[in-house]
Amino acid sequence: MKADGIGARVTRKEDQRFLTGNGQYTDDITLSHQTYAAFVRSPHAHATINDIDTRAAAAMPGVVAIFTGKDIAATGIGGLPCGWLINNKDGTPMKEPPHHILAVDKARYVGDQVAVVIAETIEQARAAAEAVEVDYGVLPAVADTATASKAKASVHDAAADNVCYVWGHGDAAAVDRAIASAHKVSTLDIVNNRLIPNAIEPRAANAAYDKSSDSYTLYVSNQNPHVERLLMCAFVLGIPEHKVRVVAPDVGGGFGSKIFLYAEETVLVWASKRVGRPIKWTADRMESFLSDAHGRDHVTRVQMAMDGNGKFTGMKVTTTANVGAYLSTFASCVPTILYATLLAGQYATPAIYCEVTAVFTNTSPVDAYRGAGRPEATYVVERIVETAARDMGLDPAEIRRRNFITTFPYATPVGLTYDIGDYHACLEKAVKLADYAGFPARQAEAKARGKLRGIGFSSYIEACGLAPSNVAGALGARAGLFEAGEVRVHPTGKVTVFTGSHSHGQGHETTFAQVVADRLGIPIDDVDIQHGDTGKVLFGMGTYGSRSLAVGGTAIVKAVDKVIAKGKKIAAHLLEAADTDIEFKDGVFRVAGTDKNVPFASVALTAYVPHNYPLDKLEPGLNENAFYDPTNFTYPAGTHICEVEIDPDTGKTEIVKFTAVDDFGNIINPMIVEGQVHGGLAQGIGQALLEGCVYDKESGQLLTATYMDYAMPRADDLPNFTVGTHVTPCTHNPLGVKGCGEAGAIGSPPALINAITHAIGVRDIAMPATPERVWRAIQSRA
Amino acid sequence: MQAFQLHQPNSVASATQQRAGKDDARFLAGGQSLLAAMRLGLNSASELIDLSKIPGLAGIKVDGNGIVIGAMTRHADVAASADVKRLIPALAALAGSIGDRQVRNMGTIGGSIANADPAADYPAAVLGLGATVQTNKRAIAADDFFKGFYETALAEDELITSVRFPVPTKGAYEKFKNPASRFALVGVFVAQTAGGVRVAVTGAAGSVFRVSAIEAALAGNWSAAAAKAVRVSADGLNSDLHASAEYRAHLITVLAARAVAAS
Repeated sequence: MKADGIGARVTRKEDQRFLTGNGQYTDDITLSHQTYAAFVRSPHAHATINDIDTRAAAAMPGVVAIFTGKDIAATGIGGLPCGWLINNKDGTPMKEPPHHILAVDKARYVGDQVAVVIAETIEQARAAAEAVEVDYGVLPAVADTATASKAKASVHDAAADNVCYVWGHGDAAAVDRAIASAHKVSTLDIVNNRLIPNAIEPRAANAAYDKSSDSYTLYVSNQNPHVERLLMCAFVLGIPEHKVRVVAPDVGGGFGSKIFLYAEETVLVWASKRVGRPIKWTADRMESFLSDAHGRDHVTRVQMAMDGNGKFTGMKVTTTANVGAYLSTFASCVPTILYATLLAGQYATPAIYCEVTAVFTNTSPVDAYRGAGRPEATYVVERIVETAARDMGLDPAEIRRRNFITTFPYATPVGLTYDIGDYHACLEKAVKLADYAGFPARQAEAKARGKLRGIGFSSYIEACGLAPSNVAGALGARAGLFEAGEVRVHPTGKVTVFTGSHSHGQGHETTFAQVVADRLGIPIDDVDIQHGDTGKVLFGMGTYGSRSLAVGGTAIVKAVDKVIAKGKKIAAHLLEAADTDIEFKDGVFRVAGTDKNVPFASVALTAYVPHNYPLDKLEPGLNENAFYDPTNFTYPAGTHICEVEIDPDTGKTEIVKFTAVDDFGNIINPMIVEGQVHGGLAQGIGQALLEGCVYDKESGQLLTATYMDYAMPRADDLPNFTVGTHVTPCTHNPLGVKGCGEAGAIGSPPALINAITHAIGVRDIAMPATPERVWRAIQSRA
Repeated sequence: MQAFQLHQPNSVASATQQRAGKDDARFLAGGQSLLAAMRLGLNSASELIDLSKIPGLAGIKVDGNGIVIGAMTRHADVAASADVKRLIPALAALAGSIGDRQVRNMGTIGGSIANADPAADYPAAVLGLGATVQTNKRAIAADDFFKGFYETALAEDELITSVRFPVPTKGAYEKFKNPASRFALVGVFVAQTAGGVRVAVTGAAGSVFRVSAIEAALAGNWSAAAAKAVRVSADGLNSDLHASAEYRAHLITVLAARAVAAS
């Protein structure tokens, strides 16, 4: 292994600039003649907009322009698109009510933007925004997921019952037969709590129009700038795509919330031409709480049918998913395609049926958040599996062993084909690392101290590497899901790589450089990774769904291989040998079986100084690009084991040990992978123990709109994690990689809740399992 | 944050003079509550009177059987004070548990008790130890100082100059933190003082308050069991997103018992 090659713990190239304060984020970019925007947001969850009086605001110091929804609608601008069509069980399409970039007749959630004020300074913009007088007619709000479809009020006239779609997946009749003939059926009613993403860097945008070229530049904190441009140009503003450059510079965290095309940046681009000056907006923290797309928010009943040996015979899942006030970019596919297809988990359950009712509510839009559908699926599966073990009197590890899939490829009853995995190996390694055998003694020792100790399992699976475009298209995707990469070899043999993936914490600038350096046999410092700029990168679908390395990395590998193939031809010419006799290893082209060789840098120089060069049959230059469309999803999987100790007097839960054994396929940089696992675990533990987005069910007001009320996980809430890996290389990409970004957030919540319910002897406890909830559960049992 | 006028007086007299008669003026001590409120638009003071340039307002000194802490003394300095740690270790520990490092380096005792945040820590120590609040006008007994939700006995142009804490025989503070804000969901200060047993609770109601039932139980039997046996009524306690009144009432006894055990 090269010291900086594949498999090495290379420290992150990008950290030098981040840790020294030299990162360049959207808000750091100030253009000449800069102006600033502030949005007027609805204080009501549901209200008609009767009138907007901007006269007083317009007269305030520094105000450049004020626009309302009517101003924008008058120019023929439609609304934001939804990127995925989901059909109802009866084949009719989902309801897609318009999502205006500034609300026109009605505001539909607290924070819905109804006007924008543009001024010379941010303070002036905010002061004038407060002076905009909006005459609202307050309407009853719909703010509860479970009861939205029965609410008297309608969020949209086009969906009077607030139902966006009712979607079914799997064989309902087979599942009903399995339930009818089961030895035992375990049932759980569970809620997957709503979360607010909370990236450290709030959303931000800076839009500029250049009159001389009639083109726009948009700097935006975003995970997929090409998709942002495509959606904005083709579906909303009607600006020619080649006239817009979207730059997503350093981005301080996304977790899914920066995948989407939002109203704010779209308004800025639209307004930048009218104002004729660049316009910048950066969300303040409360705006982020109110207007970032939220995550999760499912209400589910799950039933698991079993035979006398605890073998699963059928599973039925009925879910109500809250999509919020409008359909955000991928809102429709998260609780369906990315959810129900994962309900087999690691188990050979022969029949599975899932029905999902998506409901509109007067809350912020809900969309993909770290894991996106897969944490929700894993929570359902791993909670019911643990509950089934308890109902059957089986050890939670044993019931998993009895039901694991062991032969591959394996076609699940919910539409996926797992290419490879070794679920027993991960489980047994986790059992050993967690010292499961020693648990009874630790439990007894804790009891002697008056503490309740519990242990919980979670054997999760996820589908990553999104995705084969044709499969996604058949399932309703309105976009391709390939990735693009370009490898530009400079005359001196240094390399710039352009990737359509985007790094906002993942460490691509290091991992991708390791891959390229390893494959080309050159030092990692000779490789730079460029991303996040439609003006530089040929195309890209961006970063989400743990896809960057499996899809974006593969595109780069394909381009590198093209470089090597061309290099062989150049080397063959220089070495006066046949193309087929040239081999490339450790940065050197060599005539096989001889010591005749030429190094990579010499070949690169020859490509750009083609004096001695086969110009009659080969173009000069050494620059290759590649598109890669995966043939299957990748399937990271693993087992997490959580051990907790609960103080029965206060209900406070302490995580005493958390063990995660994951199979991510081959690992490029173990340090970065461990960091991704740690961060994912922190988010999953945050969901299970601390984070809960709460809307008042009557008024629709967001009650958790600051860090005083929304509990984020902090370092001292977390234990030292015990992490391990087991590797089964992915069978269908050249690196054999699967993806690691979301696993921690997917696997951990059920392990933690299984541990708490084990410790206190209850069937369920709502997330977040706050001290009071745990204390009350203990009281209810006593 | 809106623009404001900043005054930096160099005496208590000129500070109170600048404050007198102005509704929109506020004293600025450590700024850890006021400035955050202004940034959020929850407080629109147009004039701030910075107390940090007034000589003599900060400092800790032993005074007979008590410790006098200047109003502008930062939490970190109280937490680190050898005198406080020796004579009233519970007070040093309480100061060291406030907020985070940045807050403790800026926040002041005078600012904290004048603000009377219902979940602040210092009010529990002031009331639990039976301290005396010294202002530019008078000395106010702890029992007379806290009047309600963000309300104190201070007049508009009255400025705290110091707080005198009598050294107790025993004392301890136990806090159960709100998982989001890390303020006290409930905090309980217990002390054996010359004036008897005192039990003060913060975080649980609109203002810090004493629990006479636990005081009576502990007066007869200073033990965790005695404290834990008391059932505190949930009437009048806060019930919010983070905890019900019933749970807070339960925590009062649990924390009082733990404080006694730790004292």
